[in-house]
Amino acid sequence: MTANDELAAELSAFRPDLLRFARLQLRDDALAEDVVQEALIGALAGKQDFAGRAALKTWVFAILKNKIIDTLRGRERSINLSALAAEEEEFDQTFDRLFKANGHWTPVSRPGDWGDPEETLRQTQFWATFDACLNHLPTSTARVFMMREFLEFEVEEICQELGIRSSNCYVILHRARHNLRGCLERTWFGPGDHPC
Amino acid sequence: MLSCKQTTRLLSAAQDRPLGFGERLSLKLHLLMCKGCTNYSHQMDFLRTAIRHVKNPQEDRRA
Repeated sequence: MTANDELAAELSAFRPDLLRFARLQLRDDALAEDVVQEALIGALAGKQDFAGRAALKTWVFAILKNKIIDTLRGRERSINLSALAAEEEEFDQTFDRLFKANGHWTPVSRPGDWGDPEETLRQTQFWATFDACLNHLPTSTARVFMMREFLEFEVEEICQELGIRSSNCYVILHRARHNLRGCLERTWFGPGDHPC
Repeated sequence: MLSCKQTTRLLSAAQDRPLGFGERLSLKLHLLMCKGCTNYSHQMDFLRTAIRHVKNPQEDRRA
């Protein structure tokens, strides 16, 4: 095997993880396949830029991340504001029900203790639940959240990119995190029951 | 005095920007007295850690 073949073989082993990552961001299987393919080709072509095999996976992920950012930028630039408003309205209704009139948790909705995080993260099955919960986020909310958490944009950059106010951005990010934790508590951790 | 509802917003904001002095103080006071929001706070940190694992699968979780 030539060095190039060896690198290609190593890179293709990352393919499932790369695909999963791209699918979570783009929510479009065909597009995710394309982006991953481009990232792998880019990695092969740019192999002279890469030093130190230990970080190979990190390096390929960085290439993929840039491809995803380009793809997102190529899509309609601004976010669908009416979709966002609908998502907000739906959220507000369920969110308000978690609290008593004085703004404190109702006993059934009080967040529980999730135990040792490292222990959870080691469980293979957890990741299927986590992906499902991410995919369950409303589309526009998810888009903002993914930009913030996965692509590591600052809030100000997200606002500029999507044409929304920064106050709105914080509201959307709170909604995303709240939905995600709620989904995990329902489907993985089980409800909490702790006196406040 | 912060309500739990307001606290959840602040805990999310803390993931995105540095909180002001007043915000930090009222958050701390609330968390001292509220187990539910303390759990919520750990859950916010957990989400970030989980996402970091998705981004850097180098520490191979499936191994």
